[in-house]
Amino acid sequence: MRVATAMEGMHYVLHAPQGDTYADLLFTMIERRGKRPPVTYTTFQARDLGKDTAQLFQDAARHALERFEPQALLVGASCTAELIQDDPAGLAEAMRLPVPVVPLELPSYQRKECWGASETFYQIVRTLADRDITPRGDSVALANILGPTALGFRHRDDVREVRAILETLGIEVNLVAPLGASPADIARIGAADFNVVLYPETGDEAARWLERTFHQPAIRTVPIGIGATEEFIRGVAALAGVDPEPALADDQSRMPWWSRSVDSTYLTGKRVFIFGDATHAVAAARIAHEELGFEVCGLGCYNREFARDVRAAAQQYGVDPLITDDHLEVEEAIAAAQPELVLGTQMERHIAKRLGLPCAVISSPVHVQDFPARHSPQMGFEGANVIFDTWVHPLVMGLEEHLLTMFRDDFEFSDDAGASHLHAHAPKRTLAQPIALEPVMGGSLWTDEAEAELKKIPFFVRGKARRNTELFAANEGRAQIDLETLYDAKAHYAR
Amino acid sequence: MSGVGILEAPGADCAPVLRERGQREVFCGLTGIVWLHRKVQDAFFLVVGSRTCAHLLQSAAGVMIFAEPRFATAIIEERDLAGMADCHEELDRVVDRLLARRPEIRTLFLVGSCPSEVIKLDLSKAAERLGTKHAGRTRILNYSGSGIETTFTEGEDACLASLVPEMPVAASGEGPSLLLVGSLPDIVEDQFLRLFAELGIENIGCLPARAVADLPAVGTNTRILLAQPFLGETLSALTGRGAVHLPAPFPFGAEGTTGWLKAAADAFGLDDMQFNRVIAPGRERAKRALERQRERLDGKRISFLPDSQLEIPLARFLATECGMVPVEVGTPYLHRSILADELPQLPRGTRISEGQDVDKQLDRVRADQPDLTVCGLGLANPLEAEGLSTKWAIELVFSPIHGFDQAGDLAELFARPLRRRDVLQV
Repeated sequence: MRVATAMEGMHYVLHAPQGDTYADLLFTMIERRGKRPPVTYTTFQARDLGKDTAQLFQDAARHALERFEPQALLVGASCTAELIQDDPAGLAEAMRLPVPVVPLELPSYQRKECWGASETFYQIVRTLADRDITPRGDSVALANILGPTALGFRHRDDVREVRAILETLGIEVNLVAPLGASPADIARIGAADFNVVLYPETGDEAARWLERTFHQPAIRTVPIGIGATEEFIRGVAALAGVDPEPALADDQSRMPWWSRSVDSTYLTGKRVFIFGDATHAVAAARIAHEELGFEVCGLGCYNREFARDVRAAAQQYGVDPLITDDHLEVEEAIAAAQPELVLGTQMERHIAKRLGLPCAVISSPVHVQDFPARHSPQMGFEGANVIFDTWVHPLVMGLEEHLLTMFRDDFEFSDDAGASHLHAHAPKRTLAQPIALEPVMGGSLWTDEAEAELKKIPFFVRGKARRNTELFAANEGRAQIDLETLYDAKAHYAR
Repeated sequence: MSGVGILEAPGADCAPVLRERGQREVFCGLTGIVWLHRKVQDAFFLVVGSRTCAHLLQSAAGVMIFAEPRFATAIIEERDLAGMADCHEELDRVVDRLLARRPEIRTLFLVGSCPSEVIKLDLSKAAERLGTKHAGRTRILNYSGSGIETTFTEGEDACLASLVPEMPVAASGEGPSLLLVGSLPDIVEDQFLRLFAELGIENIGCLPARAVADLPAVGTNTRILLAQPFLGETLSALTGRGAVHLPAPFPFGAEGTTGWLKAAADAFGLDDMQFNRVIAPGRERAKRALERQRERLDGKRISFLPDSQLEIPLARFLATECGMVPVEVGTPYLHRSILADELPQLPRGTRISEGQDVDKQLDRVRADQPDLTVCGLGLANPLEAEGLSTKWAIELVFSPIHGFDQAGDLAELFARPLRRRDVLQV
């Protein structure tokens, strides 16, 4: 659906029971689309089961053709329809429809959304690409931009940034797909000299087929972050045989200076936990490490298909890769890693809120607020500017950190007041007691004096202090935690 | 795909009904879990379904999903499809683990979905088997919330119907009791209970009760007052146990609420003087609150797309108390006997439709050009983009709208989009 909705002139007939239409509102509400997704559901019900459902499917396909007059039709089955064994591909073929039909086999009991989008796009390209149209080989290079879809995290603005880069380099864009492309556009996909794969999760399968069929090389550097953007520009320029300098000289790039200014010194070594889709997670880790001076203390992704990149990156930063789609596992890993900043999806946002940690969103799945009205790309130099602002904003600012320590007994800075801009709507802190605060050794080992001293530590590092002290005490075999133990532990863990 | 026919239905109203079949843009019954689990606090809802089901609940429940909610999905995977025996074993394992982790669960609902029904996984047998195993600690029930069987609020109907056999038998010597059926927000339920107490009706129970452990008794002396129109199955299960249905309008607005309370008062033999004295303050408040909204709504034309079965009572309220003109009132199902007090009150010429062929229905909306269209979130923004004002329907299920003191809020829900349209200058 993400692919069909991204495109123009394409219609998807989905064999699915009543109720599955809920998916429409992801597009109409989260992405706030002003049009219904181009999807016709057969919405079969219990009384239709049996022979009826196949007829229902053919009728739905016929009506969709008459009403929407698409250039091509996608046909597929939902998880329930998969079980009743009507064969949408066969049924559609038997109808001898006047438009090309792209049948989809999406095994919903094995695979998930990203794979579905990638496979759908690949099948569309394979079915619709006109094999007589080959790379034009003109002196002005021609590129396809592959991967952006509906419901993609910042896809709209990333495309604008990447287009601008290509334009600066004097490279023409043949088409962007699937976002905004029609089946007729897809037919002439072979004319490009090379492909730019913006999102490997959705675009790489098709790019590999294009590589084999039309001998179009692909650039796979994802231009998220300053370093990656520069690499991307050099890579594209090399493919197109042009000078990269005009794009590299972009003066809209403020992030490097922001990051070097003394204001940002306090960011050094901040522990950051990163989780999302593999592409965004790996890109985020590089930015965190190389461009903001953070310490990556956790890295993971939810899409197994691209886990290899995450494993490699995790090794580079000396952390264990976390490959899972179980958010409870992610929560445990975050609690254990004791980060000072969490970069993740909507799920990690909620986890961070519960643990009382600052957080920024870097990857789908996301909620409606991450489809913003303003221009906010992740890619290119403007993307790096956006990322700097987004990630630094939730952190308690350097000066505030000092004030909190110096004036911690003043009422404005008491624990109940919380940080001025740190999730103002979070539940009271009593509800948000971090899981990690459970004493390692059980019972109250803390002397009253040490407990009181612990309370003087600003709340956003107190959890870590308690945990570290208790671990230290356990390792040292101390039966009680007094002031001395507290400060011994502090010295032990000082970095 | 779409068998269209105008039926001349028998009955007092004789309203012609447009019946359609085709693509339906509606929720399945699983969505009922989102509000039922808030209401019934000692129960857990375990959906046996696919990732699609889990995704639906995640989308519908929004942020609730992260608050350690009392619902979950046991996801059927490829190997579960291979053999039924394994599937049952797997389910037992999931339930055992869940109950070990959440020992406070007193009642567990196994909720059927499209995939579990198509592969004919017998959840009633599973509930029986697991019920024996966990007897004394956790009661295990089952119902279907699948899209092939249920539409949106019918999930609540199926859930409540599954509770009826669990209700204790009322002692035969006892006097008549009143049973309010349909989940209401606690604040609304309390208002009604106070009113009934003032009227002198004391032996009163609610289905669902706030805890499954406190289910009210039922017997031949039980009188049923439906608070929601979508409870056909629950009603027949209750009448099957001897209870008697009190026909009434639904408690929306000053008049609807008065009629609803009056049905109970009459059944319990209360005199009119006392009835009027008790309800007068609430009724007056409701009328005052409605006056303000009436200015905005009077004469405005409204269409309802099918969603929850609340459409007909709400259209009646908007027509008789707010001066609106219903153009088309769509409902997923039309329970004629339950709506017997509502249908005759709709203005002559109102087009009633049952079922849906969404594209054709949207064509009618475009031709009618109503001032306000009540529809689901999948259609709301696209219609707004075409220049039609909309009121998204789900809010009507999630907001307190029943009774005297919510009448003003209810009208405001419909007035707000119109006011906003007038206010915005962009």
